[in-house]
Amino acid sequence: MMPSTHDWINNPLGVVEGMFAASQNNPNSGWEAKAVEFFKDHLKEKDAHTWVPSLNDVPLHYLKPNSLVKFRCLIQDMFDPEFYMGVYEAVDPSTKAKVLRCGKYKDVTECGVDFDSRNTVTAERQTFYCVPIPGENPWVKESYAGSSQARVVPSTSYAPTRQKRSYEEDDDMDDMDTQMQREPHTGPQSPTEQHGNGDCKRRETEAPSSQTAPASHLDLNFPLPGEKGPSCLVKVYEDWDGFKLNDTLEVFGILSVSPALSALADKKDASSSLLDPTECMETAEEQRVHSPPASLVPRLHVLYAKPLPHNNPLLPSATLEDNSAFLSSTLSEMASVRAELLTFLTPILLGDALAAEYLILHLISNVYSRRDVLPLGKFTLNLSGCPTVASYTERFYQIIQQLVPSSYYLGMSLQNMNQMRFVPKKDYSANRLVSGALQLARNTSLFLDETQLEQGQLDTAGVRNVTALGNLITWQKVDYDFNYHQMEFPCNINVLIASEGRSLLPSDCQIHLQSQITPPHMEEYLSSIHVHPQASQLNKFRMYLSVARLLNYSISDEVTKSVEDDFVDMRKDDPQSISAEDLHRMLVVARLLSLSLGQTSLSRDSWLRAKHIELLRRSRMEQHTCVNGNEP
Amino acid sequence: MSSPTSTPGGRKRGRNTNPSTPSSEGPTSPPSQRRRGQDSSTGDLMPMPTSPATDMLSPAAPQDNSLLSSPRPSGTNLLPNEVDMSSPLMYGTPSSRVEGTPRSGVRGTPARQRPDLGSVRKAPQVDLQSEPPSADGAVTSESNTGQRLVIWGTDVNVGTCKEKFQRKVMVFISVVGDPVLNVNCLHVQSFDAELYRQLICYPQEVIPTFDMAVNELFFERFPDSILEFQIQVRPYNALKTRNMRNLNPEDIDQLITISGMVIRTSQLIPEMQEAFFQCQVCAFSTRVEVDRGRIAEPSVCRNCNTTHSLAIVHNRSVFSDKQMVKIQESPEDMPAGQTPHTTIVYAHNDLVDKVQPGDRINITGVYRAVPMRANPRQSNVKSVYKTHIDAIHFHKTDEKRLHGLDEDAEQKLFTEDRVQTLKELAAKPDVYERLSSALAPSIYEHEDIKKGILLQLFGGARKDFSQTGRGNFRADVNILLCGDPGTSKSQLLQYVYNLVPRGQYTSGKGSSAVGLTAYVMRDPETRQLVLQTGALVLSDNGICCIDEFDKMSDSTRSVLHEVMEQQTLSIAKAGIICQLNARTSVLAAANPIESQWNPKKTTIENIQLPHTLLSRFDLIFLMLDPQDEAYDRRLAHHLVSLYYQSEEQIEEEFLDMAVLRDYIAYARTYINPRLSEEASQALIEAYVDMRKIGSGRGMVSAYPRQLESLIRLAEAHAKVRFSEKVETIDVEEAKRLHREALKQSATDPRTGFVDISILTTGMSATARKRKEEVAQALKKLIQAKGKTPAMKYQQLLEDLRGQSENAITKELFDEALRALADEDYLTVTGKTVRLLA
Repeated sequence: MMPSTHDWINNPLGVVEGMFAASQNNPNSGWEAKAVEFFKDHLKEKDAHTWVPSLNDVPLHYLKPNSLVKFRCLIQDMFDPEFYMGVYEAVDPSTKAKVLRCGKYKDVTECGVDFDSRNTVTAERQTFYCVPIPGENPWVKESYAGSSQARVVPSTSYAPTRQKRSYEEDDDMDDMDTQMQREPHTGPQSPTEQHGNGDCKRRETEAPSSQTAPASHLDLNFPLPGEKGPSCLVKVYEDWDGFKLNDTLEVFGILSVSPALSALADKKDASSSLLDPTECMETAEEQRVHSPPASLVPRLHVLYAKPLPHNNPLLPSATLEDNSAFLSSTLSEMASVRAELLTFLTPILLGDALAAEYLILHLISNVYSRRDVLPLGKFTLNLSGCPTVASYTERFYQIIQQLVPSSYYLGMSLQNMNQMRFVPKKDYSANRLVSGALQLARNTSLFLDETQLEQGQLDTAGVRNVTALGNLITWQKVDYDFNYHQMEFPCNINVLIASEGRSLLPSDCQIHLQSQITPPHMEEYLSSIHVHPQASQLNKFRMYLSVARLLNYSISDEVTKSVEDDFVDMRKDDPQSISAEDLHRMLVVARLLSLSLGQTSLSRDSWLRAKHIELLRRSRMEQHTCVNGNEP
Repeated sequence: MSSPTSTPGGRKRGRNTNPSTPSSEGPTSPPSQRRRGQDSSTGDLMPMPTSPATDMLSPAAPQDNSLLSSPRPSGTNLLPNEVDMSSPLMYGTPSSRVEGTPRSGVRGTPARQRPDLGSVRKAPQVDLQSEPPSADGAVTSESNTGQRLVIWGTDVNVGTCKEKFQRKVMVFISVVGDPVLNVNCLHVQSFDAELYRQLICYPQEVIPTFDMAVNELFFERFPDSILEFQIQVRPYNALKTRNMRNLNPEDIDQLITISGMVIRTSQLIPEMQEAFFQCQVCAFSTRVEVDRGRIAEPSVCRNCNTTHSLAIVHNRSVFSDKQMVKIQESPEDMPAGQTPHTTIVYAHNDLVDKVQPGDRINITGVYRAVPMRANPRQSNVKSVYKTHIDAIHFHKTDEKRLHGLDEDAEQKLFTEDRVQTLKELAAKPDVYERLSSALAPSIYEHEDIKKGILLQLFGGARKDFSQTGRGNFRADVNILLCGDPGTSKSQLLQYVYNLVPRGQYTSGKGSSAVGLTAYVMRDPETRQLVLQTGALVLSDNGICCIDEFDKMSDSTRSVLHEVMEQQTLSIAKAGIICQLNARTSVLAAANPIESQWNPKKTTIENIQLPHTLLSRFDLIFLMLDPQDEAYDRRLAHHLVSLYYQSEEQIEEEFLDMAVLRDYIAYARTYINPRLSEEASQALIEAYVDMRKIGSGRGMVSAYPRQLESLIRLAEAHAKVRFSEKVETIDVEEAKRLHREALKQSATDPRTGFVDISILTTGMSATARKRKEEVAQALKKLIQAKGKTPAMKYQQLLEDLRGQSENAITKELFDEALRALADEDYLTVTGKTVRLLA
C-alpha cells in the first residue's frame, strides 16, 4: 500500500480544503458535491473500505483526530438541526490578511474569526446521536474487526506521542472542567463523579489494553443494559430527511475530538452567564447530553453514510441483486444447508424436529411490507413446554446468539418487567430520547424467557411494559413516550417466546415442545448438548439465515388459484377448522418455508408441505389442550 | 386578546405623517445588517430609522432625549409631564424618568421597549463606527428611499381607511386591556404585497414603524387617553404557517409563524435593559444601555472626574421580563420515523407566562441565530450558531378545547390544489362507496361496517339546545362491533386509531376507569397536584377506540354512561372537582362471552353488557364468519393477493390514506349540513314506521334515541357528499344502515323479528311476555291449591313443571316468583314460599 493512497484517509480535511480553495474563483463549481463524490469513489475501490479504521473496534485514543473513520451504528436520537459557518473569514495570524475558510466538516474555527464579515455563509447540518448496533453479537464484532486492514499506528511511532500530548491537553481541560463543575456545588461530591474522573485519568496513563467502559457519570444512552462501545454524534450534511430513527448505518466521516467541544458551558464564569441568557438558559443536563466530552462521545462529520440492509459480515457488501454469482451459488446450496441446520437444531430442541423446523422459519422471518396497519411477514414464535431445569433457556439462547447477527435475551422476571425501561421516553429537561430495551435495530432477535416469570404483582410500569411487548408482537410497532403524546415507530423485531405453558403474550404461532427425553435424564442430556459446532459450519448457517431473509418472493396465479380452492374445500368440510386468521398464518408459513428452501416463488409442493406441518402443529396443540385443560 | 382584525390600511395611513422621524425604538434596534450569506439582498428597501447611527451606540444618556422624544413633531397636543407621574409605571423614580429615559415619551403614555425586536443587539452588528462612512451613508439613504416608498404606497388610502381604522381602534381599546394591536399578516398582504414583503423580511425595522403609525393615529383621535404604554403592533399569521422542520438559514431575522407544542417554560428572567450607575463620590448618576448582553461600565465619572467611582444601583436599573419557552413540533406535522425537532423561543414582557407546557401554539416571531460566544481562554470557537425565536405573538390553538369548540384550532390548512382534489372527489356519485372501500383495505368486505365507521368518522352536526335547557346534542356516532374472535375487529380499530388525528386506543382489559377518565397526580418536580387526563378526554373531538370492551370492569364501564350521552366527564378527586368535555365518538369491540357467537342468543346475552350502555351505541354490528363458499373464495383471493401484491399495485387500487384523512378533516371543518324539509319528513316517516313495526306485535321497536341516531347518520352522510343540506338520499342511507345494524344485533333469536327492546331493556318482548305468562300460571296454580299459607319451593317448581307444556327453567321460575312477590302476593324466605294476605 502506497502511503499516498492513504492521504484521503489520514487527512481528509486536506482534500476538502483543497477543493474548497480551488473553487474560490469559480462560484458555481459545486465543489461540495465533488468532494463527497471523491470519497465515495475512493471507498468503492476494492477493499478500500477495509483500510478505514472503525470506531467499533479501534479504541478512540488510537485514532488520529481529523482522520477518516467509519462507524457501524444505529440512530438512537435525532437532535435539532444546527446552523454553522459554512464559509467564514479569518485573519491569518502570520500575514494579517483576511482569508476565506471552509467550515464544513469541522466543529471549531481557527482563531480570528470575523463574525461580522459579509462573506460568511451560514449552512445547516443535522446531528444524530448514534450508538453501536444494540445486541450485536460477539461473532459479528470479531468478524468485522478481523477483516479490517486499517493500520492503527503502533505506540512507538511519531503519531501517538503527538496524540498523547493532545490527550494530556484534553485531560487538563477535563480537570479544569471538573473543577469548575465542582465549585458550584459545595455539598459532598458524588462518588460516581469522582470515579468517572479517575477512570478517565487512568485511561490516559495505562496502556490502552482494552476499550474502557464509558465513564459512569455520563449516561451514553444505550438501548440495552450492559452495552459497550463508543457512541457518537454524527453530523450529516446532506439528505438528512432520508434517515430515520433506528436505521442502521455504516458511516464514513471525519473524526473530530477537539477538547473545545466538551460542554463549553462548564468553562463559563458566572459573570458572563448572568448577562448572556442564550447560554445560561439551557439546563445543565441538556448541555451535558448535547455537548458531552469529545473524548467519550466523538463527533463524526459524515462524508458518506451507507444504510446497512443487514449486519452480517459474512455476506458481500453489495446487494444481492447486484451479486448474481453469489446469489445463485448460495441458492443452490440452501436446501442442503437447511437440512444441516435442522439436524443441528433438533437435539437442542430436545429432539423435536417439527419445532426445529418452525424455529428456522422464525429465524428467517422479516416484516417485508405493511398494509395499512397490518405488518406482513412477521412470525412470532411461542415455544411452550420448555424445561425449567439446568437453565435450558439460557443455553438455548446462546445457540441463537451464535446464529444471528444481533439478539437480546430478556428474562421476563417480575423484577425485569417492573423495573426495566422498555419503551424509549423523551426527557424534556435534557432534551433527548432516553432509550429503552425495545429500541432495537431491524431484524434483531428478541428472546423472551417467560420461564423466569414467577407469581407476583406487576406494577404500573410492569403493565405498561407487558402492553408494549404485546403491541410489538401484534403490530410490530413501539409507541415511544413523548410525555404529552405518544409517537408510533414501526419496527421489525423477531420475537421468540420461550415459556412453560402458553405464553401470556400474543404470538403468531405456538408450538409445544415434544421432548424425546424423559425428565429424569433431562439435566444430564442438557449438559451434554454440543453447543459449539465447528466455525465453518456455523458460518454457513449464519450466511444461510441472512440470505434467506433477503430474498424476494412471489406467488404465481396458478398457485393462488389452488390455494383458494384449498381454502374453500377446507371450509366446506368444517367451517370451524380454518378461519381467515389461519389462512394468514399458513400463507406466512408457506412463504417462509419456500424461502428457507431457497425458492423464490411458492410451489404447489411447498404449499402442501406448509399445510402439512401446520396440521401437525395444530394436532399437537389439540392433544396438548386435552392434557392440561387450562388452554383457552 | 385578539383584537378585531385591523384593516391593514389604517396603520399605514399613520405613517405618512411622520417621515423620517426616528422611532422610539431607535436606540434599541440599531440597523443591523443581514449578516451572513444573503448580503446581496440587503440593498433593497430597508426601511429603517434614519437617525444618525453613531448616536445610537453612545452610552451617554442625556443626549438621548432629543433623539428619542416623540416621533411626532406636529403632534396633536400632548399631555404634559405630570401625567407621567400618575402613570402606573412611574412609581419609582419619577425624576429620573422625566429627565431622560428613552421610554417616557413626551406624551402621557410611556413607550415600552420591545425586547422581542430589540434583542438583536446581542447579535453581531455592523460596527458602524469602524465601518467606512460611505457604506454607512449608503445604508441610510437606501432606507430613506425604502421608507418613503412605503409611505407612498400607503398614502393613497388615507381617506378610505381612516373611518374603518378609527372604529377598529375604538373597539380594540375598549375590549382589550393591553394596548396591543394584533395584525393579521394576510390582511397586510391582500392590501399591499410589497409592504407585506418588507414586513416579513425586515420585521425589526418595519414593526416599529407600524407602532409609530398606530400611536400617532391613536393619539390624534384620543389625545386625552393614557395607556399603560404605547400601543404595540403584533403581527401574526406570517407567510404561511411554516413547519419547524422547514426553517433554514434563509429565515434568519425574518418574520415567521410556526406551530408547535410547548414542552418547557423557564422561570421568569429579569433581563437588564439599562443599568443605572451612581458615582460614590459626587452622587452623579448615569445610565448605560445594555449592549449585546454587556454593560460598558463607565470608568470615569463625568461630573467629578473620579475614576472607578461609579457603582451600579440595581433597583433603579431597568429590567424587562423574559422567559424561555421550548416548543416542539406537533406530532401531526412529523414525517414518520423521525423524532420531533425543538426550538427555543424567548417571550418578553407580557408574553411571559402566556403559555404552559402542553399547549399547542402558533407562534409568530423573528428567527435569530447567534454565534456561540468566543471563549476568552480558547483560541478557536465552535463554528455553530444558536438559534431561537423572539416571540411577537402567541396563538394558542387548543385554548378553548376544554370549554367549547374552537373553530380555528380544528382548521387544518389545505392548499388550493388539495381542496380542488377533494371537491372533485366529492362530486363523484360513488364517493361514499369509494371512501368506505378505502377504509382499511386490508380487511375484507364487511362493507356495511366500514360504511358505519366512515359515517362515524364524519360525525353529525353539532346542535346547541342549551337555551331550551337540554344542552348540547351529541353529534358523535358511537359504534360497537361484536363478533367472533379473529374477525379482524382489533385491526379495524387500530386502523381507525391511526387514521384520525385525535384518536386514542385502549384495551378494556388493561384500562381502569382512571386510565379512561382522568386522575390526579403529584408533579414530581413542582409537587403540585395536576390533573392528568385519560383516553376519553384526550380523544375529545376524536375517536376513542376501546378494544375488549367486554373485559372492562363494571366500574370502568359506568364511566362511559356519562361520556356517551352527555359527552362530559365529571371528576371529583383530591379536591379537584370539574367537568371536562369528552365529545368523543366511541368505537368499541367486544367478544362474545362464550368465545364463539351463539346465534341462538340475543346480543345482550352474547356479550353480557348492560343494556343501558348498549342503547347508547348508534350502531351495533356483528362481525361474523359468513360461512359461504363464494365468500370464502373471495376472502382467500383477497388474502393471498395481500401477500404478494407489490406496493404500487395496492396504491393504484385504493385511495391514499392521506387523501382520506384530509377529506374527513375538510368535511368536519367546513361542512355543516342542515336538515332539509323533505329530509325531515322522511325522518319522521322512518321513525313512525319503526314504531309501527313493533306496535303490531305489542312491542316498542323504536325510541327517540333511535331517531336521534338516524339524524346523526343522515347528517354524516351529507357530510360525506360535502353537501350543506341533508336530503332524502342521506336519510335513506341512514335508514338502511340503521336497519342493517339492527337486523344483525337486535333480532330476537326466538322469533326472528327485529326487536329494539333487546337493546333498550335487555330483554326481548317475547321473553317478557313469556315471563308474565309463567307468573300467571304460577299464580293460578297456587290459587288452585287453596288455602295453604306456606309451600315448599322445590315442590312448587315441580308442580308447575308438571302443569306447563313448555319447559320451565329454574331461572324462569325464580323470575315468576319475583314478579309475584312484587305484586305483594307472596314472599320467598329461603326454601319456603309464603302467601301474603
